[in-house]
Amino acid sequence: MSTRHPIRVLVAKPGLDGHDRGAKIIARALRDAGMEVIYTGIRQTPQMIVEAALQEDVDVIGLSILSGAHLELFPQILDGLSANEMDDVPVVAGGIIPESDRSALEALGVRAVYGPGTSTAEIVGCVERLAEERPS
Amino acid sequence: MSKSRGHGSDNKTEWSESTLDPVLKRFGERKESFETASGIVEDILYTPEERDGFDYEDSLGYPGEYPYTRGVQPTMYRGRLWTMRQYAGLASPEESNRRYRYLLEQGQTGLSVAFDLPTQTGYDSDHPMAQGEIGRTGVPISSLADMEALFEGIPLDRVSTSMTINATASILLALYIAVAKKQGVGAERLNGTIQNDILKEYIARGTYIYPPTPSMRLVTDTFAYCSDHVPRWNTISISGYHMAEAGATAAQELAFTFSNAIAYVRAAVDAGLDVDSFAPRLSFFFVAQSHLFEEVAKFRAARRMWAKIMRERFGAESPRSWTCRFHTQTAGVTLTAQQPDNNVIRTTVQALAAILGGTQSLHVNSKDEALALPTEESVQLSLRTQQVLAYEMGVADTVDPLAGSYYVESLTDQLERRAFEYIERIGEMGGALSALDRGYQIQEIHESAFRHQRQVESEERVVVGVNRFQSPTPPIERLQAIERAETERQLARLASVKRDRDDSAARATLARLEDVARGSENTMPAILEAVEAYATLGEISDVFRGVFGEQREFSPF
Repeated sequence: MSTRHPIRVLVAKPGLDGHDRGAKIIARALRDAGMEVIYTGIRQTPQMIVEAALQEDVDVIGLSILSGAHLELFPQILDGLSANEMDDVPVVAGGIIPESDRSALEALGVRAVYGPGTSTAEIVGCVERLAEERPS
Repeated sequence: MSKSRGHGSDNKTEWSESTLDPVLKRFGERKESFETASGIVEDILYTPEERDGFDYEDSLGYPGEYPYTRGVQPTMYRGRLWTMRQYAGLASPEESNRRYRYLLEQGQTGLSVAFDLPTQTGYDSDHPMAQGEIGRTGVPISSLADMEALFEGIPLDRVSTSMTINATASILLALYIAVAKKQGVGAERLNGTIQNDILKEYIARGTYIYPPTPSMRLVTDTFAYCSDHVPRWNTISISGYHMAEAGATAAQELAFTFSNAIAYVRAAVDAGLDVDSFAPRLSFFFVAQSHLFEEVAKFRAARRMWAKIMRERFGAESPRSWTCRFHTQTAGVTLTAQQPDNNVIRTTVQALAAILGGTQSLHVNSKDEALALPTEESVQLSLRTQQVLAYEMGVADTVDPLAGSYYVESLTDQLERRAFEYIERIGEMGGALSALDRGYQIQEIHESAFRHQRQVESEERVVVGVNRFQSPTPPIERLQAIERAETERQLARLASVKRDRDDSAARATLARLEDVARGSENTMPAILEAVEAYATLGEISDVFRGVFGEQREFSPF
């Protein structure tokens, strides 16, 4: 139980889509819940996201994507994290992700996938839980 | 003393005291207050009293006449129905071409092209940034060869084509003109629209490339070029839709759209264009959200506002410069992944709002779009929704049918007032671009989005199937997939274009384009030359990137 307080979260938007309504709402809800949130803005490459996670030394990473490129981009992000010995940083995802792609993402190591209609309370709870569970 | 028997109340106050209040005291209302999505407080009843001082000719007038509140044409749908235009594009030019031909066969009356994100942000399909994105949100177009495949067998003199394209709009317009030329169709005969609305990309949609000043030049270049060479083309579709999808309320949608419109008109006038030479080709694009009456009021207010802005602020003299012609799309954000069949009901009522509001063209979203691009089957249902409304419901039989409703007229007035207040505030900041520099519109929209989210989570706002009336929903059986083979075909064609073209000729056109970009000449002719020499969209965009630079995100959260 060595969670630093406050929890540091990276909210990132991989890919080219500019739909940031959800990411900004999540970022604000996490901030309101007392976390330190680093929001990357739109159009982030996998490398940029990995770098930001590394530099900001975050406890949890949230990825928001609505373009449909998740199956190509997420593996690169997770590989990048593991190449930088950040395997232990839990990654959660949200956006437009079909049910049928969820198992593939979970197999990659994505800890949770949230679809449209999820409440911010549920996501805040999930991030808190993942940060708590993280080995020190 | 109840007045319900015999003689009724003489006015609203009397009715309220004698008839309403006793009932309210006993039973109350089901909510503390009733508000539209814009936060306009709705009264229990609207009567002629709220219309005190109302001047019919002044505020409504007649359809086809200033201030156009009742409609932009005198006959409206009795003459011709709205254009049924389903936004489509996926996977590859071939696959998209197949979808377009299918839609035309099914009775669609206009095309609407969705491009993938690399095309929208100036990357060819073989660029590293395009990885994973090819064909995902629309059709990939890297060169003239792709555009030829996209419109194969579709005579461009017989369809009107709307293209949702912004930062790279002038390139796509040039490609369209080039394909038409190959079909033997002159540019002067082309009908269609490029969205070309870069300001709302900075505010909400995100597919900008260059900074605002050179981007505005590209926009005004298309205004000038089309007024000389493509006179029937709508050179811009100034869009509230995406700002509304990002969270803007109806009043904010009107305000931010018209603030942007004012900035475009100002820029074109400053570039030396006569306002009546380009203003008739400006068009608009709004959302149809779920509050039926507020949305109808919004469309009516939009027409009246634009007429006033063009006539009073810019002194436009041609009545065609005063008309707010618009496309409407139902609200993507209201689609739910839960109980997706409910989305058909939502989009039907939203489409009804657009029709009662007098839209010129309409896209109805599909029920599966909270999860993926729509399948052919679900797109057909969207088109059928439009056809049922058009042919069976009697809603297209008379012009502006809700006019005179005390309620709708009151909402129309209030939305106009609120929107003009915002426009004034933005004007005080120095206009849309200066406000954008401060992140003003972005912040306002985010606040509205956050408020909406809070209301949904507190159940103050009910979303059937999401926060109330939930039931387990089996996942949608079949979603639209993007086949790997289509991406391969796209990449192969791009490789062969680059291999087979006269490379030095293509390079020469790019060098010439760079000179033009550095100077002040209209960029359109040089872009057209470049695309005809099979220079690619990515190469052309790179020339502009080199000269103009790239824009970072405004006001990162």
